[in-house]
Amino acid sequence: MTAPAPSLPSRRRHLIGIAGLSPQDITELLDLAEAEVAVSRQVEKKKSVLKGRTQINLFFEASTRTQASFELAGKRLGADVMNMSVASSSVKKGETLIDTAMTLNAMRPDLLVVRHHSAGAVALLAQKVACSVVSAGDGAHEHPTQALLDALTIRRHKGRIATLIVAICGDVLHSRVARSNIILLNVLGAEVRVVAPSTLLPSGIEQMGVKVFRRMDEGLKGADVVMMLRLQRERMEGAFVPSVREYFRYFGLDATKLAYAKPDALVMHPGPMNRGVEIASEIADGPMSVIEEQVEMGVAVRMAVIEHLIGVSAGGNT
Amino acid sequence: MSERPLVVETVRIVDPSRKLDAVGTIIVDNGVIAAAGPGALNQGRPDGAMVIDGTGLTALPGLVDARVFIGEPGGEHRETIASASRAAAAGGVTSILTMPDTDPVIDDVAIAEFVMRTARDTALVNVFPAAALTKGLRGKEMTEIGLLTDAGVKAFTEGRKTLADPALMRRIMTYARDFGAVVMHETQDAALAGGGVMNEGLYASWLGLPGIPGEAEIIPLERDLRLAALTGCRYHAAKISLGESAAVVAAAKRRGLSVTAGVSINHLSLNENDVGQYRTYFRLSPPLRREEDRLAMVEALADGTVDIIVSSHDPQDADDKRRPFAEAEAGAIGLETLLPAALRLYHSGTVPLMRLVEAMTSAPAALLGLDRGTLKPGAPADLALVDLDRPFVFTEDLICSRSKNSAFENARFAGQVLRTIVAGRTVFEAAR
Repeated sequence: MTAPAPSLPSRRRHLIGIAGLSPQDITELLDLAEAEVAVSRQVEKKKSVLKGRTQINLFFEASTRTQASFELAGKRLGADVMNMSVASSSVKKGETLIDTAMTLNAMRPDLLVVRHHSAGAVALLAQKVACSVVSAGDGAHEHPTQALLDALTIRRHKGRIATLIVAICGDVLHSRVARSNIILLNVLGAEVRVVAPSTLLPSGIEQMGVKVFRRMDEGLKGADVVMMLRLQRERMEGAFVPSVREYFRYFGLDATKLAYAKPDALVMHPGPMNRGVEIASEIADGPMSVIEEQVEMGVAVRMAVIEHLIGVSAGGNT
Repeated sequence: MSERPLVVETVRIVDPSRKLDAVGTIIVDNGVIAAAGPGALNQGRPDGAMVIDGTGLTALPGLVDARVFIGEPGGEHRETIASASRAAAAGGVTSILTMPDTDPVIDDVAIAEFVMRTARDTALVNVFPAAALTKGLRGKEMTEIGLLTDAGVKAFTEGRKTLADPALMRRIMTYARDFGAVVMHETQDAALAGGGVMNEGLYASWLGLPGIPGEAEIIPLERDLRLAALTGCRYHAAKISLGESAAVVAAAKRRGLSVTAGVSINHLSLNENDVGQYRTYFRLSPPLRREEDRLAMVEALADGTVDIIVSSHDPQDADDKRRPFAEAEAGAIGLETLLPAALRLYHSGTVPLMRLVEAMTSAPAALLGLDRGTLKPGAPADLALVDLDRPFVFTEDLICSRSKNSAFENARFAGQVLRTIVAGRTVFEAAR
């Protein structure tokens, strides 16, 4: 396969995380994604750059949205896309991740899209296969395409990322979305804030390139972008925060808290949302929300990533 | 024991049990040290002796490793008593204390005797089984500490586990005191450690791995030390990893408590950054800590706060290590690299050779009440001949252990064991 040349995304084989990408890498991917947006908005939505290529979506953790997004991305590029349903597979029968990787590898796919509940699992799998691997999220580590689609959404509205104030709010501790966004936004020169109760912040957060706030009014003051994170149900009832109503009172995004942000601020959420927990319905559906647009950008960004990784390298860049 | 007598001439003898560091001769006859020191040749060589020229070599008492996990019985695919003993011999280790968390658990006399019998029949080195503190390691009822002690068990421990119930711990320590039994305990509060898999901190946060705070080690350690004061029990903190743990042990010693502590060679050599990108061979328990903690452990070893170094040899099947980090088993093998890795501290000038060797020979022997770890005349002739400066790379093909999960794979060392002798018999000889 291609030799690794870290500064050129077209020569990369895998996308496991945002860490290691340069500003140029990210900008190139976002530029390509812009072009893919146009493809998705045409009546004829199909390209043929990946004709004859095989993409397998291997999801060890259920995710209807992300899996659908990757499936559409592959299909719109012309690839044959297969979804591996883990619930009914041998993975549940005790087969190790490595064995699964070797088995799929033997079927000679061109691309594996992998989501796994364990941090580092996607990188481990990538070491064992001959094809390209894209992470669709690994544990609390990274979710690189989510950060890219967030950046694309922001850039389309604000024209840039640099110098914007982005407040990431909620369960940073368990969030791969937060980690990927913190890295990407820092690489592109934004001011990144996190706002959460301390029980939902990872150890050492002050050294992760963010300003840390424990109150929404302070954290949202002057923000250009308010990015809400999902709070998993099992963490709501006393384990990390006392109750849903207390969490919503202090950290749920409502009109009062949003008023501290800039008047033209964007409201974002990676989905699926818990309405009335981390975000009020009228905000999620309100004029400042770009949540649906994030979903659209998700397909475009994933098309760009896939085309970069296998559209080019398989086409003769060997 | 009808081995030929053995004479090692012009060898540097480092014997911490006598504070001896001098060039001399070692004479072994009938499996025991007949003489060892500068004047040993005065009596002449025994008839028919095999003579080894020790020029350039250093003779150490055979190492005593007080924390070795083995798969036998129940996990023979990971390690048997025989394969562990081969690994020990290759590392200059001549006595090992094996941990009771086998299947079945070593919690009664019959199983302890099974281990001793199997060791007698198959092992190249001396094997001493430790027994569990509680039956089945279930943390409910104490084991037969008296009967087990009479059967030859040298120490009691819950293995990887920490006994949660303070009332039971107190009673066990009280009862053990009456029999003069040593209670060895690894302390990690299971609830506070939660689902943690590496040291809590910035590095774990970036990796997205749940962390284990240092307090998970210190809180039960402080509890145990208070119970040691209350009961007068002979207590050994089996594997501490933090500067703060060393500080509370030092304070307990200043109070005059009968307390000792051990550190694994991993925590003297490595830190949390060695985890790198989810390298599962560096998933250990306790987890590798910050560099400041590693340095504090080295200092605690040098000043004697930490009494002994253990390998914490813990063989794991490749399949149990080739998993995502959080799903992989903790532990690394270490019998073969204990001495070479420890010698790094000598070569760097951090810990004097005498202290370093003491922590792996006479100190653990004293802790366990063994007549080993010494080159005194009359002691069993367990020794290692080492070229302290000989460089080598610890490649996978060198590994004698049945499992290959070494945290020192491909590490460069200076200091190789050339010959290991147990009771006068050569059990390992390196290719020269």
